[in-house]
Amino acid sequence: MKEEQRNGSSLMGRIVLDRDKCKACYLCVDSCPNKVLEIDKTVNALGYYPVKVKESAKCVGCAICARVCPDLVIEKVYR
Amino acid sequence: MEQLVYKKPESVKDDFKVSFCPGCDHGVAYKILAEVLDELGVREKTIGVASVGCSVFSYDYFNVDMIEAPHGRALAVATGVKRSKPDKVVYTYQGDGDLASIGMGETIHAMTRGEKVTAICINNTTYGMTGGQGGPTTLIGQVTTTTPKGRMVEQSGYPIKISEILKEVDGTAFVARVSLDTPAAIMNAKKCIKKAFEVQLKGLGAGFVEILATCPTNWKMTPQEAHERVRTQMAEVFKLGIFKDRLSEAQ
Repeated sequence: MKEEQRNGSSLMGRIVLDRDKCKACYLCVDSCPNKVLEIDKTVNALGYYPVKVKESAKCVGCAICARVCPDLVIEKVYR
Repeated sequence: MEQLVYKKPESVKDDFKVSFCPGCDHGVAYKILAEVLDELGVREKTIGVASVGCSVFSYDYFNVDMIEAPHGRALAVATGVKRSKPDKVVYTYQGDGDLASIGMGETIHAMTRGEKVTAICINNTTYGMTGGQGGPTTLIGQVTTTTPKGRMVEQSGYPIKISEILKEVDGTAFVARVSLDTPAAIMNAKKCIKKAFEVQLKGLGAGFVEILATCPTNWKMTPQEAHERVRTQMAEVFKLGIFKDRLSEAQ
């Protein structure tokens, strides 16, 4: 599962994340201004609890999560 | 119509596998460095020099030609590369133990000669790869595996302030110290790295950027606490800012 479903108005953003690269530092969860991201309840291929998109309609595509991620989990941001 | 506003930099390999610890700032540092290489459009003619330490893995990540230098000698190797191929863009990616302890002689002399290279130093106040020993930049009172009661001045002296030393050296054209603790700081760090490459491209001299980075594993902190330590403790001793900028002076 790579692509997150897009919903909401055309002003909103969308991120593409690769959950199997996430190492659970949660810097993106802390820095997201709209609290779009949350911690997943199932482990990924590395054995961590990765981030996932909680409320995709709130995402504005600011790409702050992608910039603070040390592991390039958030590969693409659309706006 | 939605637009792509951010994507993985082309200067990062497609099949990369990040081997750094969770929350390590190395990941952010090499990402913004790759973005700068993309923006300057010099990826095809860039030669990077990897050092020893956690920074050595840069040859696994950067999609440019890389050389691995002996411990501390990255700037000496970079000098040779740049002098034999002056049309190439040459940079080194080193940690503080590599650049400021083992390789201090190479660093000072390459910078004094004004070699047209760019040096990026990741300062995390410890030897991360070998298990968190005290390094040249370890703060006074900081507990490491070799300073179990905290670094004492009588025994180990004071931490080296690399940027302040290199700003006094005539051969450098750009010297800055940045951090990566907030999104704004990351953007500022990227701007500084770009300038450090621009002085090389314009032939003004050596570019140097010291990045205050975290080592959550060896500091025994969460990534969030580690960033707080950068803000409160490290930035007190290692003042952030641009120390020298001949690029702006030349314009």
